[in-house]
Amino acid sequence: MNENRFRSLKDLPTAALLGTGTPMCAGCGGLEALQHIYTLLGEKTVFVNAAGCMTLLSVYPFTPFRGSWLYTAMACAPAGAQGVRDALDILMNKKRIDAEENLEVVVLTGDGSAYGMALSSTSTAIDRDLDFLYVCYDNEGYGNTGQQFSAATPHGARTSTSRGPGGDPLYKKDLFAIWSANQPMYVATAVGAEPVDLARKVQKAASLTGPRLLLVLAPCPTGWDYDPKESMEIGRLAVRTGMWPLKEYEDGKITHTMVPSPRLPVEEYLKRQGRFAHLFTPTRKEELLAEIQSGVDAYWEAVEQDPCAKGTAPAADTA
Amino acid sequence: MMRRTLLTGNGAAAWGARLAEADYIPAFPITPQTEIIETLSVWIDRGEMDARMVILESEHSMMAAAGAASVTGVRVFTATSSQGLLYGLEMLYNAAGWRAAFVLVNVSRALAAPVTLEPDHNDVLAARDSGFLQIHCATCQEVLDSTLLAFRIAEDPRVRLPVIVNLDGFYLSFTREPVTLPEPEEVREFLPPFNPENLRLRAGAPVSLAVAVLGGSPYSYFRYQMHLASLNGLTVFEEAAADFERIFGRRHHLLESYRTEDADIVLVMMDSFATKAYDAVDELREAGEAVGLIRPRVIRPLPREQLRHLVAGKRGVAVIDQNLSPGMGGVLHSEVAGALFGMKRAPATLTGFVGGLGGRDIKPEEFYEMVHSTRRAADEGVSPPPRLLYTTEELEEVRRLQAIANVKREERG
Repeated sequence: MNENRFRSLKDLPTAALLGTGTPMCAGCGGLEALQHIYTLLGEKTVFVNAAGCMTLLSVYPFTPFRGSWLYTAMACAPAGAQGVRDALDILMNKKRIDAEENLEVVVLTGDGSAYGMALSSTSTAIDRDLDFLYVCYDNEGYGNTGQQFSAATPHGARTSTSRGPGGDPLYKKDLFAIWSANQPMYVATAVGAEPVDLARKVQKAASLTGPRLLLVLAPCPTGWDYDPKESMEIGRLAVRTGMWPLKEYEDGKITHTMVPSPRLPVEEYLKRQGRFAHLFTPTRKEELLAEIQSGVDAYWEAVEQDPCAKGTAPAADTA
Repeated sequence: MMRRTLLTGNGAAAWGARLAEADYIPAFPITPQTEIIETLSVWIDRGEMDARMVILESEHSMMAAAGAASVTGVRVFTATSSQGLLYGLEMLYNAAGWRAAFVLVNVSRALAAPVTLEPDHNDVLAARDSGFLQIHCATCQEVLDSTLLAFRIAEDPRVRLPVIVNLDGFYLSFTREPVTLPEPEEVREFLPPFNPENLRLRAGAPVSLAVAVLGGSPYSYFRYQMHLASLNGLTVFEEAAADFERIFGRRHHLLESYRTEDADIVLVMMDSFATKAYDAVDELREAGEAVGLIRPRVIRPLPREQLRHLVAGKRGVAVIDQNLSPGMGGVLHSEVAGALFGMKRAPATLTGFVGGLGGRDIKPEEFYEMVHSTRRAADEGVSPPPRLLYTTEELEEVRRLQAIANVKREERG
């Protein structure tokens, strides 16, 4: 497959495969990314879902998918994917279905499931070299229940369970590193606001066999507290401030697919979101701002020294 | 040609899966179920069974994989026990809602805490309301036969629900009994290949399964469908049992009854400990007591009319529960009470006894006492609250253990 099929915006498909009129919030960064992903993956797919915002994509009797869907439960979408994949393989091996009836098995969950409850079933799916694509829309909190903090919430973010003066006292878990440490086929971070980078990664993931993760930052107007029309800008700023590094893991190597240059101060990203407003008003929290900035700086310095460092890079916001 | 051989309950369950030609076995080991998956694993490795086994990291994932594979359109068998059943319980409810048609063997083991390996039925009864049908076994032959029956019933389009086959840990799982193994061709006649019809995942025929619903009306609609499908299980069981008898020469019933016809007191008891009740019935009969036994084989769906028919006109019914719902009593007792209330020619009394928890023995004297106290209750026209079986000797045994525990505590200061 030609890796360079997507070079600019005009290479992207113009028609979207995913239906419209879903109950996702206006400006949902996760849906933006899913639009691109679904158009490229196509309808010969089954989406195996876990409890989260996107569970509401398919509400009886409507679905925006042209292919199939199976809701499982919050802890076990990868195990559901295992059952579907194995069953399809058995049916093909025993010649009960043709290869044309085969499906790409795609797990679709939020960060609450991917970083937490489903980590065990994910890890063992990778152990078993399950042929599946995991799409995580990471909106950095339990969004569907009102944005309580999750293991994916960045340090300092105010959520409905971290309303104190310092916001979330914990640090964002490095799911990319956890996946990479398991040596799967492919791991990539992406964001809908960088659609060409996303499309290249979807194309690459779709061309590979084995466990694959697309970890997609999902700017969330509802949970992050900003105007829905700003979603694309927030997504771009996450990349350009270095808060959300765009990278991929393949064959034991990590490659950064978009190195922000010049790298904007993290404040440019933080100040646009209500969840970080407490860092600026009523007074600036210089110490916390400096801590977040230095975490990001340290990450990119490490990347500069060793761009192919395998699993050693700290998460962008980890101090 | 049928072959007779010695098999454990676990071995019989594995043979059931093999003869049913299960395609897929998601598994996770737990005592006392492990022999089932070890046996299947050896057969698969040797090429004697054309199936795929996958070891998941938990029963929760195991049930998810089982349900997902079933709705993709393959025949699925799996097995668990006790804590494992409860760990996977969320997915039992889900799989039933997906209308997955797989068979789950549960090797009953009492639940923690305190932790034990010995059997009772609190594990399998925790799955009572999941939508799974339940078949209970007292012999190794029943385990094999019930596994085949379970696939036939689960896959019937009138049912399309998963089925649990239950056997007691240790007392049946590890007891070797003579079992008649049917020939594969005979089993194929009884159990044709799984036809998932329109409920399967394929490219070109998209389906959305287990989607969300908004509001109580669609939710109730789909839940009521499950209930009605489960009730269809009564007819489908009888049809399957008739076919089974024609092909294999053994008849299975929703409720096994023993010497009930002329009995005035009827015991009700499930699974392998009920074999103690058979002996007690014989001994009491020799002593001139008109006692019989009903052993429910299927409790979901609940064969309400069949139960009413068997106890009509009796003096008393005594339910012996090998489970405890703390604060209430035995689960089977309340099930029977619910089934019998308001019936014509109702028994004069319904008594309940809890015994056999964590493998606790039930002695012949206790059966005599249960029968006598049930007869007394019938004479007095009362239905007393459930009684917990426990003997002075047992209490003394526990007191000795407590004394040792106290000495050790004092020694340590």
